[in-house]
Amino acid sequence: MSVTHRVRSRSRTRTLIVCVILLALALLVGIIMIGSGDYPLGPDRVLGVLFGGGSDLERSIVLSWRAPRALAAIVFGAALGVSGGVFQSLTRNPLGSPDVIGFGTGAYTGALLAIMLVGGSYVATSIGALAGGLGTALLIYFLAWRRGSHGYRLILVGIGISAALAAINQWLVLRADIEVAMAAAVWGAGSLGGTTWAQALPAILVILPVLALTLAGGRTLGMLELGDDAAQALGVRTERARLMLVVLAVALTAAVTAVAGPIAFVALVAPQLARRLTGSAGIALIPAACMGAFLLVTADLLAQRMFAPIQLPVGLVTVCLGGVYLLWLLGREGSKRLR
Amino acid sequence: MASAPVPVPEADSSRVSGDTRRRTGRRVTLLIGALVLLVLIALGSLLIGSKPIPPHTVWAALFAPDGSPDQAIILGSRLPRAILGILAGAALGVAGALVQAFTRNPLAEPGLLGVNAGASLAIVLAVGTFGITAYSGYVWFAFGGAAAAAALVALIGMRGTRRLDPARLVLSGVALGAVLSGIGTGLALLNPSAFDQLRAWTVGSLADRGSDLLAPVAITVGIGLLLAAFTGRGLNALALGEDAARGLGYHPGRSRVLILLAITVLAGSATAAVGAIGFLGLMAPHLARRISGTDQRWLLVFSAVLAPIILLIADVIGRVILPGELEAGVTCALIGAPVLVYLARRKKVAGL
Repeated sequence: MSVTHRVRSRSRTRTLIVCVILLALALLVGIIMIGSGDYPLGPDRVLGVLFGGGSDLERSIVLSWRAPRALAAIVFGAALGVSGGVFQSLTRNPLGSPDVIGFGTGAYTGALLAIMLVGGSYVATSIGALAGGLGTALLIYFLAWRRGSHGYRLILVGIGISAALAAINQWLVLRADIEVAMAAAVWGAGSLGGTTWAQALPAILVILPVLALTLAGGRTLGMLELGDDAAQALGVRTERARLMLVVLAVALTAAVTAVAGPIAFVALVAPQLARRLTGSAGIALIPAACMGAFLLVTADLLAQRMFAPIQLPVGLVTVCLGGVYLLWLLGREGSKRLR
Repeated sequence: MASAPVPVPEADSSRVSGDTRRRTGRRVTLLIGALVLLVLIALGSLLIGSKPIPPHTVWAALFAPDGSPDQAIILGSRLPRAILGILAGAALGVAGALVQAFTRNPLAEPGLLGVNAGASLAIVLAVGTFGITAYSGYVWFAFGGAAAAAALVALIGMRGTRRLDPARLVLSGVALGAVLSGIGTGLALLNPSAFDQLRAWTVGSLADRGSDLLAPVAITVGIGLLLAAFTGRGLNALALGEDAARGLGYHPGRSRVLILLAITVLAGSATAAVGAIGFLGLMAPHLARRISGTDQRWLLVFSAVLAPIILLIADVIGRVILPGELEAGVTCALIGAPVLVYLARRKKVAGL
C-alpha cells in the first residue's frame, strides 16, 4: 500500500468515526429531548416505547407528541447542513448559504403576508413562506443573469433585493398588532415548537430523497471546486451541474423553512465545523449533514429547556451557539484565513 | 446618474498633470452640483408634508418667526428632521465608504461592525430592565451599545495578532452581530414592551426624534467626520496594499485604528439617532464611486453628500406616498435596491 493510499484511508476512517459519533450524539440528544418535559421519562423508558413497549399514556406522549419534534430537528438539521455545504462550496465562501439568494428574507415576507392577511393558519403560513422564498430566489437569479451567473453580481443583487424585502418585513411587523407581530417574529426566528406529525412528515418525505440526491452529487461538487476548466476536463457539465446542485440545496432549505421558519446559522456553521473535525481539505457533505443534525437537535433541546416553561425559538439558540463557535474559531486560528 | 464613464484608476502622484487637473475640475463641478441638489432637497423637505405649507410661510419661519402654528410645524418638526437627515446621512455614507475601503470589500456596510446588533440589544435592555420607553431616554443606550459592540469586534478581530486583519474583522463582526441580535431578539420576545420599541427603532426613521437630539448628534458626527478627514491619505495608501503603504511612509496600524474609530463614532451615532439604516451606507459609496473614481478622499466627500440626498429624498417620498407615513428606512431600501441591482448589472462593476 502506497503512502497516499494509507493517508487517504486513514482520513476516511477518521471521517467515518466522526460521522458515527455525531449521529450517535444526535440520536442520544433526541432521546433525552423526548424524555424531558412535564412528564419526564428516562432514556430507558423512551427506548422501550420506541421499540414497542410502554403504557398507553407513555406511547402517546412519546410517539404522538414528542417524537415528531425530535425527528424533525435531526432531519432538518441534516438538510440545513448539506444545503449550507453546497452553497459554501459553490461560492467558495465560508459565509455562503441559501440566504445569499435571499431565500430566508423572501420566505419571511411570504409568511408575514400570510399571517397578516389570511390569519396565519399553519398551511397558509407554509405556502406563503414557500412562495415568498422561491419567488425571491428566482427573482434574484433572474436579475443577476447576464450571459452566465457571475458570483459577485449574484451576491450584490441578492443584497439589494434582500434589503428591500427586509424593509418591507420590518414595515409589516411595525403595522401589525403586537401579538401578531410577536407571533410572526417567533416564526421569523425559526421555531420547532408544537411540531406535529402532520407538519413534519411531508417535509421529511421531501427532504430524504433530495438529501440522497444531493449527497450523491458530492463528488461533482468536489470537482467543481477545482475550477470550471478542470471540472470540464473531468467530464462535468459545469453550468448544468451547478444549477442542479443549487436547486437541490434550495429545495432542502425550502422544505425546512415551510415547517419551521428560517432557522439561522446551522447552514453556515455545520459544514465549517464538520470540516475541522474530519480534517478534510474541502467541504464534505455527509459530515456536514451529521453535524447539522447534532447541532439543531441540541439547540432545540436548549430552546425547550433553558427558560422552561417559556419556549424560545430554536433559531435564536442556533444563532448564539453558531456565533460563539465562530468567535472561538477566529480567536483560535490567529491570523489564518477561515478557508 | 449624473456621471460620465468611470475614470481609470489613477495613481496619486504629487506631479499635477493637465489630466488630473481637468479631472479635479470636473469633480469640483460635480461636488458643487451635488451640494446645490442637497440644499434644494432640504428646502423641499421643509415644503412637502402631510400639511401643505406655502413657500412664503417657510421663508418667514426661517427668517422672521412669529410663532404661528404653520411655522411651529416648520421649526419644530420639519427643520430638525431635515438637519438630522443631513447629519445621519453624511455619517452613514462616510462610515460605509470607510468600512468598504478598510475591509476592501464592496459589500461591507456600517452594520458589519455589529453596531446595529449592539444598539438593538442595548435598547431591549434599557426598555426591559429600566422601563425607559421614551426615545430620548434610550438613544444613549443605543449609542453605548453600538460603540461597545464595535470595540468588541475590533478587539476580537485583532486578538492574537498585532495586525488588524480585515477578513477576520468581517467574520468577527458577523459572528458577534449574530450573537447579540439573537440575545436581543430573545429578550424582546419575552417582553412585549421592549419588542414594541425595538420594532419601531429597527425600521429606521427621521420622524419625531425631537430637536434636543440635534446638538449631541451634530457633535459626535462632527468628531467622526473630522477623524475620517484624517484617514483619506492613509486609505489611499492602504488600497495599494500593506507593504506599499509602509514603503510610502504610512503606518498602517495607526491609520487602521483611526479608521475603526471613525467608523464606530459615525455609524454608532447615526444608528442610535435614526435606527438601522445600514443599507444607505452600503449603497451611497457605490454611487459615489462612480463619480469619484478610486481616490478615497473624493469618495469620502461624495459619499458624505450623496447619502444625505438619498436619505432626505426617501424621507420626503415616505411622507407623501401613503396616508400616514412610510418610514425613511423602508423607502431608502425600496429606492436603493433597484439602484444597486442596476449598478450590479452594469457591465463593469466599479472596483475599490
